[in-house]
Amino acid sequence: MFSFLVKRVMQSLIVLLAVALIAFSLFSFVGDPINNMVGQDTTLEEREALRERLGLNDPFHIQFYNFIKNAAVGDFGISYRHKVPVKDLIIERAPATIELSFISALLSIFIGIPMGVYTAIQRKGFISRSFMTISLVGISLPTFLIGILFIFLFGVILRWLPTFGRGEVVDLGFWTTGLLTWSGIKSLILPSITLALFQMTLIMRLVRTEMLEVLMTDYIKFARARGLKENAVNFGHALKNTLIPVITIIGLQLGLVIAFAIITETVFQWPGMGMLFIQAIEEVDVPVMAAYLMMISVIFVGINLLVDILYAYVDPRLTVDGGAKHG
Amino acid sequence: MTLLETKNISIGFPSRHGIFIAVKNVSLTVKPGEILGVVGESGAGKSTVGNAIIALLEPPGEVIEGSVWFNGARIDDLSAEEKRLMRGKKIGMIFQDPQTSLDPLKTIRQQLVETIDLHLKLGKKGSNQRALELMEQVGIPEASLRLDHYPHQFSGGMRQRVVIALALCGDPELIIADEPTTALDVSVQKQILDLMRELCVSKNVGMILVTHDMGVIAEVADRVAVMYNSELMEVGETSQILSNPQHEYTKSLISAIPRPDKRVDRFPLVSYIEKVVENESEFNVKDHWLGQSRDFDMKVADDGRILEVKDLCMRFQQTNSIFKHKRRYLDAVKNVNFTIKEGETFGIVGESGSGKSTIARMITGLYTPYSGLVNFLGKEISAISHTPEVLPYRRQMQMVFQDPFSSLNSRMRVMNIVAEPILFHKLAKTREEAEHIVLDLLKLVGMSDDAYQKYPHQFSGGQRQRISIARALATRPRFLVCDEPTSALDVSVQAQILNLLKDLQEELNLTMMFISHDLPVIRQMCDRVAVMQSGRILELSDTEDLFIKPQSDYSKHLLSLMPNLKMISK
Repeated sequence: MFSFLVKRVMQSLIVLLAVALIAFSLFSFVGDPINNMVGQDTTLEEREALRERLGLNDPFHIQFYNFIKNAAVGDFGISYRHKVPVKDLIIERAPATIELSFISALLSIFIGIPMGVYTAIQRKGFISRSFMTISLVGISLPTFLIGILFIFLFGVILRWLPTFGRGEVVDLGFWTTGLLTWSGIKSLILPSITLALFQMTLIMRLVRTEMLEVLMTDYIKFARARGLKENAVNFGHALKNTLIPVITIIGLQLGLVIAFAIITETVFQWPGMGMLFIQAIEEVDVPVMAAYLMMISVIFVGINLLVDILYAYVDPRLTVDGGAKHG
Repeated sequence: MTLLETKNISIGFPSRHGIFIAVKNVSLTVKPGEILGVVGESGAGKSTVGNAIIALLEPPGEVIEGSVWFNGARIDDLSAEEKRLMRGKKIGMIFQDPQTSLDPLKTIRQQLVETIDLHLKLGKKGSNQRALELMEQVGIPEASLRLDHYPHQFSGGMRQRVVIALALCGDPELIIADEPTTALDVSVQKQILDLMRELCVSKNVGMILVTHDMGVIAEVADRVAVMYNSELMEVGETSQILSNPQHEYTKSLISAIPRPDKRVDRFPLVSYIEKVVENESEFNVKDHWLGQSRDFDMKVADDGRILEVKDLCMRFQQTNSIFKHKRRYLDAVKNVNFTIKEGETFGIVGESGSGKSTIARMITGLYTPYSGLVNFLGKEISAISHTPEVLPYRRQMQMVFQDPFSSLNSRMRVMNIVAEPILFHKLAKTREEAEHIVLDLLKLVGMSDDAYQKYPHQFSGGQRQRISIARALATRPRFLVCDEPTSALDVSVQAQILNLLKDLQEELNLTMMFISHDLPVIRQMCDRVAVMQSGRILELSDTEDLFIKPQSDYSKHLLSLMPNLKMISK
């Protein structure tokens, strides 16, 4: 177990370093940052001085080393456009994105899994078939289209829910939350459902397929042959076995929720990191782009590491040593 | 009085193309304390009968005629809930593969207690107590400790004991055992059968033992029902069925069982069972493609040795760790030495995990030996195993695998499967020539004319194994490695395949290495045998010597475990 952990952490670090290299090379290849920072009337000497001060004349590996060193403590420099440290920008925007992604993730897991289980058990029922049909829509329509449809239906025609922004937020000092006000919660509904829909349908279909497979196994048949009740068979034995392979995929998908948030945030004018990133691209604000890239990869790698640990925890075949070996 | 009776039941599976009848008009009875064997080959419908009695037919299957009676009450027309209450409490079931019949994520205690509490309502403490008693009853040592283990921590035999304990949780009066020992080694099989016999007697439990193995039947069954092609052929006392079978099918089935007591030239042909295109036309190696160009510079040594294995070792890593001292290895093969002479059949026998398949895989280059040499046709092929130089040698040796279902690519037509090695080794000048050779080979192994354009799934297990053999012959090998080639097949088909191998060996002067766990088969096929246990060769002798006067204790033990088929008269 320990060696497994060490190995996984090492692999994660390598992935992060690779992403860091890509993020860093943005600085060198996406135009000359000095041009973006200074006005037209700056003299060559002044440009050269700024260049020297920012360390842009150092050789590549020194610059990269400094980038890593700073990135490790969360320092990504100063935004070209906003002229404030990237760190502060991110801290300001992060709560909006994290709240949105978190709620979406919860929605997709806690609706997707039960729906998957239901459609697997009641394979031929009318409700199952409707779920399956509707889920096709969720899988095949792009997020932005669903978002726009939602805005049109609930915002424009029915006028039930707000269509942009976070509503009223409460500042807790280190965190701004929309979950404590009625308008904040109302604002969250459309974007979080939009964001969750794809993952939800995917998880549902995945759970359904896995569960159908598990229901065919000998140990389920044997459980039935022992006279166990249907519920005990389905939820006591089949569900847990179903979830083991599903966990991995869900982990990957949760990373995607945060990445997909860019589109949803743009559609709903959600003041999160996705919006920040889109603006940064428009303005060639390289430090923000690099920081965003790094942050997403840290989240991705972190989630996957967690999933691996969880996996080993749930499946006794991976953790318990000794006893007779199979084969 | 009878415990269970099925009266003329027929079982059908409705489908788009009408109803498929899996069982026709079967009437059986079981008395308390009696073991009724239901024997037949795959597809005979024997498992379906068992599933129907315990009301676990795969939907949409249903009993379409007849009735099932348990203790004088009709049970096939009960409601779904009443049937559930009956399962486990009145009728228990044991499945074939102990590896897959336990929930891998729950401890044995959890699974036992859940079932006991459901049926006997003993409460938490009582159920735990009962679980412990059951574990002891089925002969699991250190039962109180083992209760909290997970299924993967048990060996196959122990796991099957746990399965039996689980089936006994509700004190059923009847147990249906569906091939309970097929996945186990002979020595374990014997223990499990003894246990089942003992439980039936001590608890006065009736048992229906579904199996394809006459040896198992001879060992424990009181009466036997023989099924073939969805129908019941005959029912009778075990001794009568074995010694004096009445029905033609039973006669041919029994004649196809390999005899442990003496060597016969060929297995009797079982024409009743599977129609095979026997290759009647006289086959002449001299002018046949298979006989051509075998005279290249690779010569067999003067003393006739074609293969020599020296100090062969294989080790697998079991637990990985960043610390060297924590890594654990399994030595699957330890210092194995033997030679094989041209034209002989060399057998390796042993239980699962003894390393016999590993040796085959090292010889054919599927595994790289950890240490030791493999010398084939005077060349040390283990040293050149990943170079192009080895190809002409590899071409001379081919392998036939155990499982004909997974050893053929299901997305390729038979033509391409058999032609692939010919084209790879450039043994034909054009594709047309290769295709011509394939047709010839298929005919040689007894396949029908249109087989080449079909996919593997369109064939039965025996036919697939014929295709595997045709593929192995396609490179014109001199040395054939057969790794349990018939253990996935029915006896009648096994007899055909073994006959085919014998014929081919004779006609093509093939050398064979024949791996099996089945001693009677070894006796019929091999000239010399190596007996293996945990990676070592314990005994290497002529086959007849091994069977008449075994040297090592382990060989004696193995021989004593051979199913007792003395009742069969020939």
